[in-house]
Amino acid sequence: MKKLQEFNDFKKGIIDGMPICLGYLSVSFAFGIFVMNQGVGFSWLHALLISMTNVTSAGQLAGVPIIAAGGTFLELAVSQLVINLRYALMSVSLSQKMGPSVRMIDRFLISFINTDEVFAVATSRKEMLGRKYMYGLILMPYLGWSSGTLLGAVAGNFLPEIVVTSLGLAIYGMFTAIVVPKTKENKMTALCVITAVVLSLIFNFVPVLKGIGDGFIIIICSVVASALFAALAPIRQEGTVNE
Amino acid sequence: MNNFALYLLIMAGVTYLIRMLPLVLVKKKITNKYVVSFLYYLPYAVLAVMTVPAVFYATGDIWSAVVGFATALILAYLGKGLMTVAICSCVGVLITELILRYLV
Repeated sequence: MKKLQEFNDFKKGIIDGMPICLGYLSVSFAFGIFVMNQGVGFSWLHALLISMTNVTSAGQLAGVPIIAAGGTFLELAVSQLVINLRYALMSVSLSQKMGPSVRMIDRFLISFINTDEVFAVATSRKEMLGRKYMYGLILMPYLGWSSGTLLGAVAGNFLPEIVVTSLGLAIYGMFTAIVVPKTKENKMTALCVITAVVLSLIFNFVPVLKGIGDGFIIIICSVVASALFAALAPIRQEGTVNE
Repeated sequence: MNNFALYLLIMAGVTYLIRMLPLVLVKKKITNKYVVSFLYYLPYAVLAVMTVPAVFYATGDIWSAVVGFATALILAYLGKGLMTVAICSCVGVLITELILRYLV
């Protein structure tokens, strides 16, 4: 009976992971193309290795241009730290949802693929989560993310140039789909996002500031906007902001 | 690409540590409201900064990028899912590029 229950948990995880997998295919396909278009001799293997070891859209998208430009290791490390810092909060929340079947070794493995979407699906479940469910949930997104990157890097070159150009917007479209619903729901988040965008425009178009480098510009603008709003409008509990 | 292995190690290592350490170490919730608030706002600020102004240079032409981004904003505002928004904004770019190349 226990074996059957575990298998059903795993299957439930696989099913819940399928939509994430499909979403990742199109975005990672665009990432594969993005890597090949850097024009610094990246191969499909570079793109695949980055996706298989990082499994994070925003971090990879910020990291690749830094590597391509021969940026410093510090710039790369700090950019990843700031862009991916949100995962620390997600992992803290996720730790509260881990059931008794989740061992220490499972935590090391599950955290590797704790993406925004996996986190969103996992925490939307009412009950505590078992290890078999979590492995099922992360398996398909991981395969989708890796294989999509490979396909984009390899087949991106065979697609008509106009199609490849158009797919360049996929990742930004996904970011927009994450940010906009949250700004609609919450006025302070909207103001924080607007502040961040204004700062970003200033840093990108004022000649002296532009020289700071893309990685650090992302860090400075987002940290300043978030810290400002954390001070002005601290949240009461997770997800509720004082207005 | 001589340093690629090192770059990869740093990039993946930092990303993994951020995800792994809290899940392995933290058993209690963060209670400091300013830290929680900062971590709450950060992802949206980061994604916004990464999108603007880079999105306007993501395609071959700034006008097709504007159409694609506008498509994404409208569909996201209407509450459409990640995949729908991503694919439709790309289609918006494609149609605009076709019009600019063959009809204008």
